[in-house]
Amino acid sequence: MTGHAGGTATAGQGSLLEVRHLVQEFVLRDYGGAKGGVLQAVADVSFDLRTGETLGIVGETGSGKSTLARSVIQAPPPKHGAVIFQGTDLVGLSHRAMKPVRRDLQMVFQDPFTSLDPRWTVSRIVAEPLAAYAIGSRANRRERVNSLLDLVGLDPATYGSRRPRELSGGQAQRVAIARALVLEPKLILCDEPVSSLDVLVQAQVLNLFEKLRSELSLSYLFIAHDLAMVRQVSDRVAVMYLGRLCEIGPVRDIYRRPLHPYTLALLDSIPNPDPAVARREADHVISGELPSPLDPPSGCRFRTRCPRAQELCATQTPEMRPLGADGHLVACHFPLSGAAPAPAPAGAQADAEPAAVKR
Amino acid sequence: MADPLLEVCDLRVRFRSRGSVVHAVQGIDFSVEPGQTLAIIGESGSGKTVSAYAVMGLLPPTAQVSGSIRFKGVEVVGLGEKALQDHRGRNAAMVFQNPERSLNPTMKVGAQITEAVRRHLPLSRPQAHERAVELLRMVRIPAPQRRFHEYPHQLSGGMRQRVIIAIALACEPALLIADEATTALDVTTQAQIMNLLLDLQQELGTALLMISHDLALAASYAEEVMVMYAGRIVERARAADLFGNVRMPYTRALLDAIPRTDLEPHVLLPVIGGRPPDLSAVMPGCAFAPRCPDVRQDCREVVPPLERHEMDHWWACWHPCAKEAAS
Repeated sequence: MTGHAGGTATAGQGSLLEVRHLVQEFVLRDYGGAKGGVLQAVADVSFDLRTGETLGIVGETGSGKSTLARSVIQAPPPKHGAVIFQGTDLVGLSHRAMKPVRRDLQMVFQDPFTSLDPRWTVSRIVAEPLAAYAIGSRANRRERVNSLLDLVGLDPATYGSRRPRELSGGQAQRVAIARALVLEPKLILCDEPVSSLDVLVQAQVLNLFEKLRSELSLSYLFIAHDLAMVRQVSDRVAVMYLGRLCEIGPVRDIYRRPLHPYTLALLDSIPNPDPAVARREADHVISGELPSPLDPPSGCRFRTRCPRAQELCATQTPEMRPLGADGHLVACHFPLSGAAPAPAPAGAQADAEPAAVKR
Repeated sequence: MADPLLEVCDLRVRFRSRGSVVHAVQGIDFSVEPGQTLAIIGESGSGKTVSAYAVMGLLPPTAQVSGSIRFKGVEVVGLGEKALQDHRGRNAAMVFQNPERSLNPTMKVGAQITEAVRRHLPLSRPQAHERAVELLRMVRIPAPQRRFHEYPHQLSGGMRQRVIIAIALACEPALLIADEATTALDVTTQAQIMNLLLDLQQELGTALLMISHDLALAASYAEEVMVMYAGRIVERARAADLFGNVRMPYTRALLDAIPRTDLEPHVLLPVIGGRPPDLSAVMPGCAFAPRCPDVRQDCREVVPPLERHEMDHWWACWHPCAKEAAS
């Protein structure tokens, strides 16, 4: 049906979304429209998302995580690769053919205020997708909107007639979530959905995502820069750096036994409220700056900041390969093995892990 | 201990807006010792930034400030603009959240640093230039001579924040206030900047007042933490003590709401409902009472004062959480 050969071996049966060798590029223009260079924002990314699963995507600014999400919903479509959603490759679909797909594929953005029309009432905002797909009568829609507002914890009688500026950040994000849910999608792409919220509100909204997941059997692609938060909601986590996937695997393995040096550096940068664990040594902090995405380093893109980098890293791009636990993949020539004296939380678990089962 | 560098007594800040009065800060007391690292944490609207602005003398004329802010024994409240300009930079300097907005996009980085240097120190142009390059080197900007002639847009977010820190430290202030200085940055950059701030603080002996919404960040880097809620300080303790021994239910709620890497996936976070109170309506009793899980009748009637109950541990609560067993 898809015409694309899967490529990687892990194409599971229950995959809701399969992303294969996705590449997204933007052409930069100089003055007068002259071609100024090609920015490869996402480079050869492949992953699967199973039904009912939450995949967390973590990376810093410029890692391409938001571009990846936008490429998945075809806004704009990627330059190369395949995005297979429920068995259909979305890349190259016409606008008309995309429309029914979008019912099942919704998005929640970081800033609720810029993603809600300031002149519309909450009820109208949440009802808009129903109107766009001409679903139900006016009365039906109103009923559906009210039940959804209830579901996300907003009293429809109080909030239905308000406009976005009369809402707090947490309430506005709840409205955005209600709007994403109104068409009963299968998959919701969440791009930093709680980053702009205060910590107590953030916890409320995170719990809402969890509640909806279990009640409506949703799948999420959950994008965030905060590793701790991603851990809370995800079944599996993928780590991105400069457009490439570094590591992907089950939450427990990623956090207890990170294989990629970048993942370890990210984990070590998380401030911890417990003073017993707090205050990382300065030498675990990753040094330097993100290289220019216009001119990424050869080979492994992380090598310029990696403490383990060797010559091979400059000449050969590391491929994703399975290592360690089931479903744990890493793109690194010299991964941190479980037996290495991993600092801090991993502690002294010297499981006799065979060095590497290559391929 | 030495005399406190900064002594804040019963600071109150009110704003008039459209007929109502917003009580942003409702009587706070604290002091900062020379070389100390103190963090003020709280949510949006808790009054943490307004307090910092009051210390800097940066509040707009519409703000009504009462109480006392003494810096090295000199009263800051009520100073004229000219005296305040000397106060800022020499005594206290501030690093803001958004490095894009704190730098002038049309001026070269070096010129912005020398401007600050020459405003406060009697240096000639070449001397100020030299000092600026030295400052850039001090905040670990690679190739400072070259960066001196660059514009802010040529620098990354982390580099820009380093430039801001260089400007703030230009006159070796006794107190550096970092207002959400790393909030706009990535985690790895955040760690770099925080480590830089602490290193510089050690080198120069500057006191550091961190303003943050991030309890975890404050706990990792500050010696002492003050928690603000609705314009008041509700708990103050050494970072090491606070987290094993939280007494104020609000601090407990904040701590519990932080996603942590040692929890299992899909565990619901313990959350409290409600929202911070409207600061234009002063109500009797503890401001946290409507959201507090342990609320009792007296909480709604009388405001609990911030009192020292244990060595270096203050809290403002009639019915504090029980002392936890050391874990």
